[in-house]
Amino acid sequence: MPGPDLLSSQGLRLDGRRPNELRRIRCKLGVFTQPDGSAYLEQGNTKVLAAVYGPHQASKSKSTTEGVVVNCQYSMATFSTGERKNRPRGDRKSQEMSLHLRQALTAAIKTELYPRSQIDIYVEVLQADGGAYCAGVNAASLALIDAGIPLRAYACACSASMAWRNGEPEPLLDVGHVEEAAGGVVLTVASLPNTGSIALLEMSHRLHMDYFKVVLSRAMQGCRDIEIILDKAVRDHLAEGWTKQDVVTI
Amino acid sequence: MAGLLLSPTEKVFILHGVQDDYRSDGRSNIDYRPMELETDVVSHASGSARLRLANTDILVGVKTEIDVPKPDKPDCGKLEFFVDCSANATPEFEGRGGEQLANSISNMMQKAYHSSQAFNLKQLCIFEGKQCWKLYIDILILECGGNLCDAVSLAVKAALFNTRIPFVKAALMDGGNIDLQLSDDPYDSKLLDVGSAPLLVTLCKIGDKCVVDPSAEEENCSVISLIVGLTGDRKYYYPKDADKQQSVESKCTTIGMNGPGSVAPKTLKDAINQGIVAAKSLDEALGQALLKERQQNIGIKKHSYGFLK
Repeated sequence: MPGPDLLSSQGLRLDGRRPNELRRIRCKLGVFTQPDGSAYLEQGNTKVLAAVYGPHQASKSKSTTEGVVVNCQYSMATFSTGERKNRPRGDRKSQEMSLHLRQALTAAIKTELYPRSQIDIYVEVLQADGGAYCAGVNAASLALIDAGIPLRAYACACSASMAWRNGEPEPLLDVGHVEEAAGGVVLTVASLPNTGSIALLEMSHRLHMDYFKVVLSRAMQGCRDIEIILDKAVRDHLAEGWTKQDVVTI
Repeated sequence: MAGLLLSPTEKVFILHGVQDDYRSDGRSNIDYRPMELETDVVSHASGSARLRLANTDILVGVKTEIDVPKPDKPDCGKLEFFVDCSANATPEFEGRGGEQLANSISNMMQKAYHSSQAFNLKQLCIFEGKQCWKLYIDILILECGGNLCDAVSLAVKAALFNTRIPFVKAALMDGGNIDLQLSDDPYDSKLLDVGSAPLLVTLCKIGDKCVVDPSAEEENCSVISLIVGLTGDRKYYYPKDADKQQSVESKCTTIGMNGPGSVAPKTLKDAINQGIVAAKSLDEALGQALLKERQQNIGIKKHSYGFLK
């Protein structure tokens, strides 16, 4: 396990954080006028935009009477990563991420309220520095709130990894790109912290079952911390009283 | 423009306004809407800029790569434009929906920058015939509020102005191969000379008059629009060596037409002259804004506003 390097002897991580600290999250709701809801979220150096259109009438083939169809698209700007990407979307990774986004957000949306309708959620990664999926879920959650779509709870996502300090296991919260690249385990959890349920869980590399619980609980703690930040952002935004959509052009 | 519906009455209202040189938002026919510009917003790119022209939102990132020059132009570098229409702008762009629009804009930019008087590709040369810089200019359209071409060209020029290319520290010749060692220090780099880089001006024919910077509603009223690419003037961007250079006439690097209608030759000539006037004032304003931003950020790490403002 490539643990020892991730934590210094003082217990600090490569970027100077403590194991249970998140990166700085800055966010803003209502950045665009055209979508029904939009949000921008910065988690450290990872920067993500999310836009929500709908609910609107679903196309014939997709429409169901049971609930709303949630359509997600995850794309990464070609300049978002260190190496230039050739295609912003359509590759395997972004298709997988789109599915994961849908999984996490469908759990949060009160789908039964809008039969035969569709909600489009578009996530655009402007800068990727680890945890782009998590930032995407958090931004999409804010955009859904900006669009006024009823949710069961905030959908928050957070990642966690595992390191060793003096022979003791120490889970790391909110994994950055350098830590991801070091090759350790990365556990990504999207949860509804309000209800305590897990909407999506994904793990890369391997982890001993004995440590699974501590890593998971650290990730869940991260989700709860993120919920507090998102909630504050929403309240501040509402206190401000208007969004860009309210400004009428022409 | 996508998803916009106007009634005939609304169209007549806009048309009458244009005829009287007083448009529905209070501008005259050669006025632009207010713009916001910020450079150096993406840290993974060598140069970047974000431009917001009313509701149109463009983010440009420039990435550099080492490449082999073309055999017919051994002392020139390469430019590649890539436009991505994000689905954030409109759901119609989902998947491959925005590809047609994206291609038409990137072709327009490629043509405008192709001329040697527009952008000097020789500054991207490292080793004649062996190695050169290739700039990937990636344009991301985040919101469409009309007048994409002008906004894209402004943002691209700003991003190129902001682009830093690392110096080559050492080069090892090994047979025919060259092994370059680049400087790691981000400040040990050169800036590009982009003074003459072209700006695109879209002239929308409404009635028998042309307007610059059409809003999405005005674009809907016009049957044909003319896109003119005009070279910039170095003196706005490099005022220090202004006395050494004489003022240059702006040159037309590309002309394109868009839409189902047609124009009379006389209207075309008038429109181009109107475009030259508009491009000149635009170029001057852009130069001033970029120099002001650079002045403010000397020696300090820039505080980026990004989308949080």
